Amino acid sequence: MMDFWIILTAVLVASACSILGCFLILRRMALVGDAISHAVLPGIAIAFLMSGTRDSMWMLLGATAFGLLTVFLIQTLQTSGLQSDASIGIVFTALFAVGVLLISLNAQHIDLDLDCVLFGEIAYVPWDTWTLGGTDMGPRAVWMLGITLTVILLLLGLFYKQFKICAFDPAMAVACGIPVLLFHYLLMGMVSMTAVSSFESVGAILVVGMLIIPAATAYLLTNRLGVMIGLSVAVGIVSAVAGYLISYALDASIAGCIVSVAGILFILALILAPKNGLIARFARRRNIAQVV
Amino acid sequence: MLDWLISLWSDPNTRWILMGCTLLGLGSGVIGSFTFLRRESLLGDTLAHAALPGVCIAFMLHEVKSASLFLIGALVAGIAAVFCVSAITRWTKIKSDAAMGIVLTFFFGVGTVMLTHIQHSGSGSQSGLDKYLFGQAAAMVTSDVYILMGVSVLLVVAAMLLFKEFKLISFDPGFARGIGLPVGLLEHAMLILTTVAVAAGIQAVGVVLVAALLITPAAAARYWTDRLPVMLAYAGLFGALSGASGAAISTLGEGIPTGPVTVLAATLLFVLSLLLAPGRGLLSKALRHRNLKADYARSAERSALNAAEGGSQK
Repeated sequence: MMDFWIILTAVLVASACSILGCFLILRRMALVGDAISHAVLPGIAIAFLMSGTRDSMWMLLGATAFGLLTVFLIQTLQTSGLQSDASIGIVFTALFAVGVLLISLNAQHIDLDLDCVLFGEIAYVPWDTWTLGGTDMGPRAVWMLGITLTVILLLLGLFYKQFKICAFDPAMAVACGIPVLLFHYLLMGMVSMTAVSSFESVGAILVVGMLIIPAATAYLLTNRLGVMIGLSVAVGIVSAVAGYLISYALDASIAGCIVSVAGILFILALILAPKNGLIARFARRRNIAQVV
Repeated sequence: MLDWLISLWSDPNTRWILMGCTLLGLGSGVIGSFTFLRRESLLGDTLAHAALPGVCIAFMLHEVKSASLFLIGALVAGIAAVFCVSAITRWTKIKSDAAMGIVLTFFFGVGTVMLTHIQHSGSGSQSGLDKYLFGQAAAMVTSDVYILMGVSVLLVVAAMLLFKEFKLISFDPGFARGIGLPVGLLEHAMLILTTVAVAAGIQAVGVVLVAALLITPAAAARYWTDRLPVMLAYAGLFGALSGASGAAISTLGEGIPTGPVTVLAATLLFVLSLLLAPGRGLLSKALRHRNLKADYARSAERSALNAAEGGSQK
């Protein structure tokens, strides 16, 4: 049963992240995802300090607010004339530093280990349950991730076309009368939500891995957005399950293993992909050379 | 306050650490200015995260915590990471930001696996390896500080010796190639210097935040001047100030990590520069804007008056 809950959590993290990752990759905002996942830390710490509990609703709200604040700050710095990479770097390191400082200064009040900030503590997920009206409702993380995934599926299902146009051609989206900025912040809000709810399970940095690596793997394999999302989720889930099994064998961090497996799958795709892979490219080049 | 400053200086160990962190800030600020101008700021972040497996492998091979070994491990891993990023961007349709994200998290994930593996295997001397994640300058021993200072001095000297060349490849690589400079070689040299800065900074500031030492002081310095030598001086000064205040403030309490304090000090300097710098700062921009508006209103008024007078004379 323990294994079941852990694997379920990992699969939920993988699915939510891999879906959003596709849009981040297409919009060339992979590193904004990185920034958000670091910057939600002060939100989590402040929600902790204010509510005094690990109440998920507060954490979700506080951290999502900080995620959106990050996006806003990055954009403000950019419009004030700073180059984009530097503004991302300044904002996320500053917010992450605030978070680490808050946690280490209030170590006795905050039931949050700094190691867990980086690696997550997915192994403890099954013990951290919540109760409703006296009945045990199962692990809290699973519920939080379930809600997040539902929101993502609902929003993307309703506005798939709009998100797709915004991802590929923002200028055309504006011309079509789509409120691009609104969808931008919706996407960023979803990324923040995912970062928060995955945070406790896989940690701040490995969320980024789950956001980017499966989506990038799928990006190498197909040119169609729908297929890309499907493949990305598949890669995410395979890495989650395989990563868990490997971590068991190595006695090492589960989250680390999951991301490592995702990375290995990416390398495989890089070499073997039917059209864009290195082997295919090499073969094509040789064919051309022969024809010439 | 004064007592605290005196106690900082009188304790030889703290004094060395303070000087080490100050020099580190200076060195990374100077090198960071070049990466900032080349729009490669986030490469520092990639290098820092990628250093983790290098540090772990160095530890696993020798079973000792030694700053010089870790420096080499971090250097090798960083160079491997940069090679991976350029391989991915060259051979696939994946853009550089995603490539950096992939490499960063993959290396960090592998590093995490190694680190937890080492921790669980419990080989006694491994305790404190996790200090590398957030940085704890107080944990440094004198030999670590010597290495830190040596590396920082090396960074500044290298930047001064190669100043003209680095300036050219930062602003106009095409022209640099045109006049026959070995641009590829110089780019590699700069990359290695950046990696050295990151690898040295990890022990004081930590893997996650060390990138800020490269980015934030340089970005702050950019607001004060349009001349590269002045910018380098400002960036070095800002970096040194943040390093010193990080090391000093973290001696106040047991639980205060050096890295976050250093980064926040740098961020404070950045925000002040953003608001107050003459010329490029937001405040002086707003003032200029207001003056311009007032001037325009006055001249519009005058011309309207003139027109009205002209009209009445007719």
